[in-house]
Amino acid sequence: MIKVLFFASLRARLGTAEYRLQNFSGSVDELRAHLGEQNPKWQAPLMAADIQAAVNREMASATTSVADGDEVAFFPPVTGG
Amino acid sequence: MDFIEVRTESFAVAEEFAALRAHNRSDGACAMFVGSVRDFNAGAGVSGLALEHYPGMTQKNLQRIVADARSRWELGRVRLLHRVGPMAVEEDIVFVGVTSSHRQSAFAACHYIMDRLKTEAPFWKLESGDAGDTWVAARDSDRQALEKWQ
Repeated sequence: MIKVLFFASLRARLGTAEYRLQNFSGSVDELRAHLGEQNPKWQAPLMAADIQAAVNREMASATTSVADGDEVAFFPPVTGG
Repeated sequence: MDFIEVRTESFAVAEEFAALRAHNRSDGACAMFVGSVRDFNAGAGVSGLALEHYPGMTQKNLQRIVADARSRWELGRVRLLHRVGPMAVEEDIVFVGVTSSHRQSAFAACHYIMDRLKTEAPFWKLESGDAGDTWVAARDSDRQALEKWQ
């Protein structure tokens, strides 16, 4: 199982904070595409160019690999401080 | 010695300064930065904000930033506090305090920690005000500010 988390404006646009999926392995970008295929309404917000990702709580790139047991988060650019 | 905390409660700058200075005879310099909620953004009035974060990632990320600052400069104590949750205009959001034997290191490390935090630490601001509730957009200037440390 892979646990997917969404934060801030992305969470608001998708209307959900957390999603779990089984049987996936691939890259962060492939996961993004997969989630968009499963939930067509998510496609536009998830595919936005500025969306960033973290895998197991470390910043990830489009090609970082995702496997069973991982926690993946998608979010817009950070605005703290 | 590092103190890094993400919290909902407010903090007192005087107490933070006291903690940086107490029984610290070797560091002659202390630089501090405080970021607060201001009453405008992108031309619209702001009455307050709510700060969201990624709990599992934030602490780890802040620790890494402070560790990287320590690898660049000789530092004594570092205190980094960041609030989450609802805040009103004028309330303080973030505190960075750094001591060192010399001012150059303290100034630079304080600046560096804030520049990294602004572009990397997983915090997001939702402002409320004249324009309703608005997620704050990231600024290019924050990203550019980071370039001077590379």
